[in-house]
Amino acid sequence: MLTGWGRTAPTRADVVAPDTVEQLRTAVCGAGHTTGGSPGRGVTVRGLGRSYGDAAQNAGGLVVDLTRLDRLLDLDVETGMLTVEAGASLDQLMRRLLPAGWFVPVTPGTRYVTVGGAIGTDIHGKNHHVAGSITEHVHEMELLTAHGEVRTLHPEGPGSEEFWATAGGMGLTGVVTRARLDLIPVATSWMRVDTDRAGDLDALMALLSERDEEYRYSVAWIDATATGARTGRGVLTRGDHARLEDLPVRLRPRAREYAPRTLVTAPRRVPGHLLNRVSVRAFNEAWYRRHPAHRVGEIHGLSAFFHPLDAVAGWNSVYGQPGFVQYQFAVPFAAAETVRDAVNQLSMAGTPSFLAVLKRFGAANPGPLSFPRPGWTLALDIPADVPGLARLLDRLDEQVAAAGGSIYLAKDSRLRPELLPALYPRLDEWRTVRDRLDPQRVFTSDLARRLAL
Amino acid sequence: MIDALGHPQSILVLGGTSDIALATVQALVAGRTRLVVLAGRGGPRLDQAAERVRAAGADAGGGPVVVRTVEFDAEELATHRDVLDAAFDGADIDVVLLAFGVLPDPERAATDPEYAAATALVNYVGAVSAGTATAVRLRAQGHGILVVLSSVAGERVRRSNFVYGSTKAGLDGWASGLGEYLAGTGVRVVVVRPGFVTTKMTAGLPKAPLSSTPEQVAAAIVTAIARPRPVVWVPATLRPVMSLLRHLPRPVFARLPL
Repeated sequence: MLTGWGRTAPTRADVVAPDTVEQLRTAVCGAGHTTGGSPGRGVTVRGLGRSYGDAAQNAGGLVVDLTRLDRLLDLDVETGMLTVEAGASLDQLMRRLLPAGWFVPVTPGTRYVTVGGAIGTDIHGKNHHVAGSITEHVHEMELLTAHGEVRTLHPEGPGSEEFWATAGGMGLTGVVTRARLDLIPVATSWMRVDTDRAGDLDALMALLSERDEEYRYSVAWIDATATGARTGRGVLTRGDHARLEDLPVRLRPRAREYAPRTLVTAPRRVPGHLLNRVSVRAFNEAWYRRHPAHRVGEIHGLSAFFHPLDAVAGWNSVYGQPGFVQYQFAVPFAAAETVRDAVNQLSMAGTPSFLAVLKRFGAANPGPLSFPRPGWTLALDIPADVPGLARLLDRLDEQVAAAGGSIYLAKDSRLRPELLPALYPRLDEWRTVRDRLDPQRVFTSDLARRLAL
Repeated sequence: MIDALGHPQSILVLGGTSDIALATVQALVAGRTRLVVLAGRGGPRLDQAAERVRAAGADAGGGPVVVRTVEFDAEELATHRDVLDAAFDGADIDVVLLAFGVLPDPERAATDPEYAAATALVNYVGAVSAGTATAVRLRAQGHGILVVLSSVAGERVRRSNFVYGSTKAGLDGWASGLGEYLAGTGVRVVVVRPGFVTTKMTAGLPKAPLSSTPEQVAAAIVTAIARPRPVVWVPATLRPVMSLLRHLPRPVFARLPL
């Protein structure tokens, strides 16, 4: 039985974990016949299972776990060009590369994602406004297609359509087996961070809009439980990798050390409603108070800055048995009103959400299913059993679509399929390329079935 | 697929003209359900039911609802496999609602062997047969929910309608066991135990205490689809009532006017 990170909608599949590309090819070509799964149920690739919804599930079919294809094949220390197998995790890359002075070009809020998953969902991070999403840093990828052939794809020239259909293509164009991507040089494994607290949403959005391009990384945490005049209050953190001279003298000898630890493990079974309106409100209040109103140039650990939740292993179980949904939308800057409206509605509904983030996206890339586009993006998690949640999110979807925005498929688990063409106007363009690569729809997933991708 | 908030996209009804089933389908097409397959004995009643669902889908305005009908006769056991294959043809079915059944005349069922057997054939044998064929299909697709309409009548069989009660007792036991058997397969079974429901099946009978409407049963079914619950009582107060009845000593139970 498999679920996504949100632990909702479990379905059953046969899982195989190939050690080589050859084994992977055998599994893909035999999907539905000899290697597992019911006939015609196809195959889905799964990495570390961090997509929140049903993207890496394949009810009744075959799921290929790619995490054993995780070798670092080559690192050019002159140029920072890395060649890596797609099952390698960003955690693994950081542990290996940071001591050598390199960092991944884009990291999401968790480092427990694979390179293949990162490309399939075209992940973005706190640097999207200046650096774009991950596939914009990929120079080459190898794609195992439904026919069993391995194609080498580049972002430009022949094969570029297939390349960009794979970026954010939710694994439905084939299996990325390896990728060559640019790393960024860093002098230390620490971050230099400026913090600003804002008492309401307008102040927060104004702060974010101000001088955003001067920072490589920027994100705002929103207290989604605050209501009234404090609606949308939050903490803005912006920064960059610390230079050696930014560090206190005592840290300099181990400036590039990187050994993040898991601090605690969340219990597997949480009695219902550990997270309720009261406990989350208290947490959010404390979190808000903890941050200074304004501080410049603080030195923070890299994990605390990028991946605070990774310190709690299995944090997704704190929502208990019903699981949770993660809701992320993006709207153009001109539709800031939609962001205000969404924050208002979600706060009013009393959704206990302890991780709501707001960010400004930069330019979009050519991927027809790539999610980031210039504008605001809001992401938050909500327990699946909040009363009235389905209607509330359906209503927000409509508003997002009307504003010319979109919903992130890597996080989706409940979107109304009829809205998809409005949220992804280039869907048919993507389907044309997908149908060329996989006319039989060998690659599928619960998400693909649910949304009729 | 059933989404994270428990909304199915497709439903198959075995016993497609049942009032409870149609109320359930009407509630679901107002949500995410866009494919409805009604299986039942062909004829104007099945066509009318399909029309009713189409109209409900159009009223809900969520998106075009596809309604298909499939010929199904509970007594024709040998056809059940093919009927289920036809019903599952081309698309996943997220929820199967096993809703057919007959309510026999108690006196005749107690004295007429053929009539008693015919009741058992539809309510128990036919249900087990069609339900088994359903479970096979759901397992193959790796997900889905089988909702079985049982009855409080099966919880402790009462003399006033013991033939009907015994068929529901058998069905209830089968469905509960199937649910446990299917653990880990992605398939879930929900046993629904309504009390007296005001439907065409019970038309003309005196209304029993704690009765409910098809819409109330439908609402309970929709909730049970969204939240994993193996057993649902409608109304919920029937659970303690029936628990009490079940544990009454036989001499006391026999003296009750039930």
